[in-house]
Amino acid sequence: MSKIIDELLYTKDHEWLKIEGTEATVGITDYAQSSLGEIVYVELPVVDDEFSAKEEIANVESVKAASAIYSPVSGTVSEVNEELSDNPELLNTDCYSNFIFKLKDVTEGEDLLDADAYREFLKTVD
Amino acid sequence: MYSYIPHTSSDERKMLEAIGVNSIDELFVDLKEGGCLLKDFLKIEEGLSEEEVIRKVKRLANMNVQGVSFLGAGIYDHIIPSAVTSLSSLPGFSTSYTPYQAEISQGILQSFFEFQTMICNLTSLPVSNATLYDGGSAAAEAASLILSSKRGCDEIIVSSTISPFSLECIKTWIKGTGNTLVMLPEKDGVSDFDCLEGLITNKTAGLMVQTPNKYGFFEDLTGIDSIVHSFKGLFAIYSDPLSLSIQKSQGQWGADIAIGDTQSLGVPMAFGGPTAGYMAVSSSLMRKIPGRIVGRTVDNQGNTAYVLTLQAREQHIKRERATSNICSNEALISIMNVIYTSQLGFKGMKEAALQCRAKAQYLLEGLDKLSFVNIKKKDFFLEFPVEFDSSERMEKFLLGLKENGIFGGVRLYPLTKNKKDEATILVAVTEKRTKEEMDEYLEIVGRLENE
Repeated sequence: MSKIIDELLYTKDHEWLKIEGTEATVGITDYAQSSLGEIVYVELPVVDDEFSAKEEIANVESVKAASAIYSPVSGTVSEVNEELSDNPELLNTDCYSNFIFKLKDVTEGEDLLDADAYREFLKTVD
Repeated sequence: MYSYIPHTSSDERKMLEAIGVNSIDELFVDLKEGGCLLKDFLKIEEGLSEEEVIRKVKRLANMNVQGVSFLGAGIYDHIIPSAVTSLSSLPGFSTSYTPYQAEISQGILQSFFEFQTMICNLTSLPVSNATLYDGGSAAAEAASLILSSKRGCDEIIVSSTISPFSLECIKTWIKGTGNTLVMLPEKDGVSDFDCLEGLITNKTAGLMVQTPNKYGFFEDLTGIDSIVHSFKGLFAIYSDPLSLSIQKSQGQWGADIAIGDTQSLGVPMAFGGPTAGYMAVSSSLMRKIPGRIVGRTVDNQGNTAYVLTLQAREQHIKRERATSNICSNEALISIMNVIYTSQLGFKGMKEAALQCRAKAQYLLEGLDKLSFVNIKKKDFFLEFPVEFDSSERMEKFLLGLKENGIFGGVRLYPLTKNKKDEATILVAVTEKRTKEEMDEYLEIVGRLENE
């Protein structure tokens, strides 16, 4: 059973996000990290670049796959988790304490799921 | 000779039985209805015996014209130590194919590792791949790398003095991608960097130049890296690797990407190929460099082992999102390069490069005395343009030399399609040319003076 945290929002691409005011913190879910397996590289976005919702923003590579991370909302990159450059496996160890990037001036966000909806969604993919 | 079809008629019969059809024709009956199968068998001549093939190929080979080459424009007639030919012809190298489980071939992987080390040393950049197909594909891959590295930027500036062959490759790669190629003009045989800042927009991803350039001239790249990096662009320099032993390397010029063709390092001219392309990049581009990278590690018993360190992300895993789809490399050519450089060492390469330059200077000075040619006085490596007062004179010049077994130079116009090059040839002189050969060249063309 994948770990899901009640206070967070989720996408169908298995990303989690925490929205505080106009800032969003984004990472990948427990389901995503366990499906990917051992993560060996995280390609981070560049701070100050603007992204629209559903645009490819980062890449996570494991020993068996490379997965694009799509921006769950529109906004401007305000911070990236540099620690992942040297220790990408942190996403395997604890995917909810290790964010990938933060967005500011967040405007748009459709199709976001709450924890219960994501839990239901996972039942359909397993 | 036998036709190499491994199935016997009984194999065929068994396979047809297994899938429940009576004949090969019946197997393809649906295709016939669609009209995509040939009605009659192709008219292919009977095969030849081994002896007949040898005679035929020899007869064709004898039609080749032998001569002393002053040809260049990207492919040069350098001295190749016989160790390069003998060792690289060993069946273990010349007939082997990297297996899909590449690590089973430790020897091949080690040779790639040595190649990469050599390229890193020559270019002063920390990460090299294990070759691209040739200089042209290296230039095109570098253009793709530049264009994919900076978000929202779809323009690349390329100097007009890069090799016309590389330019063609870049144009082909870029076509249909939605990216734009912006040409930096040339002035007096070198890039006109005064125009550079005027071409930079908020869409510019980077700059590519070549030194020695398509005319053979060295480019002065002082300060260019600061201009390119001021807008966070990437800077690529294409160079003949042999020239790197006597000129500033790409890393020393502040480039992010070094590219070129390794033909000058022990590879025969072979009618223009095959050669190998090289690419080295700064560490920040390590994850974006196309092709494969071989790394050295230890196995579970602590023995040295070579592995494909970075490759999977491109064609195997990223698939349609990959920034490059190069799926192979030039293994045998890279082995020739490694043997060549290990034979000469850096000192020997420098000696070869200096000899090229000195000999080319000797021929240039002789040609400069002719009243009907115009030669630019520029710092060059081993090749320089000679401009004639008319294209008729140029043809006479080349023909006069050819009749005496000398290939005098490469016509520039067919390469650049630029009207100003109609009466210009490129003359290349390598360390292989002797004083006698050059004196003969000068004597023959000197006779034209009185005509």
